[in-house]
Amino acid sequence: MHATHRLDTVFAALADPTRRAILARLASGEASVTELAEPFAMSQPAISKHLKVLERAGLVSRGRDAQRRPRRLEPKRLREATKWLERYRRLWEGNYQRLDALLEQLKAKDPTPGDRQ
Amino acid sequence: MTTAGTLRLTTPGERELVMTRSFDAPRQLVFDAHTKPALVRRWLLGPPGWSMPVCEIDLRVGGKYRYVWHHDRDGTKMGMGGVYREIKMPERIVNTEKFDEAWYPGEALGTLVLVERAARPRSRIPCATSRARRATP
Repeated sequence: MHATHRLDTVFAALADPTRRAILARLASGEASVTELAEPFAMSQPAISKHLKVLERAGLVSRGRDAQRRPRRLEPKRLREATKWLERYRRLWEGNYQRLDALLEQLKAKDPTPGDRQ
Repeated sequence: MTTAGTLRLTTPGERELVMTRSFDAPRQLVFDAHTKPALVRRWLLGPPGWSMPVCEIDLRVGGKYRYVWHHDRDGTKMGMGGVYREIKMPERIVNTEKFDEAWYPGEALGTLVLVERAARPRSRIPCATSRARRATP
């Protein structure tokens, strides 16, 4: 999958609060669909649907135990998403630091506070 | 510089990025810095090594803007532009945005919001900007 498309899938998967809660639960250890459904007022099929989205995004995988089929968190994709956001944030922080310096110069030229008409 | 702050980046929706940051300057100056080409090209540059030889802004609803960046060492060019959809001076701009070599389908919609905070004693009026980007497939 192309890197950009993969990130799209990850961010789309993360946009849902139930799916984020599932990831938070899996962060403390693997769990079966039944266990994952418990804390939510949701049917197992509904949880399975969310899990499918998370699996497609590569955020969750299935464990070995064929009977329980536990799901577990795949942190690699999450790290990629965080890295992308951090790069974006750094780029804009660089821009805004230059803007700070420019605003200081403009203020020195025009010390009137507030909106000019 | 006490009121200029760190950039906050959030992703409230599936296709939305919101950046929030404060500046230690009157709102009108921050607005000017986003809309006057001579000022925009001095800070909207991205990573080190890039300059902005083209910066054209026709600031009216339906008016276009065009930015082209140039990498000073390897000569790479990167262009983008769009159309202004909403302008409320000096507090709000909504514009479409699309890169020449877009890596995504459709175009993005950018919203710039400038909010003036109450002045505190012995400090100038700080201004917070919030910039939202929403992809429209």
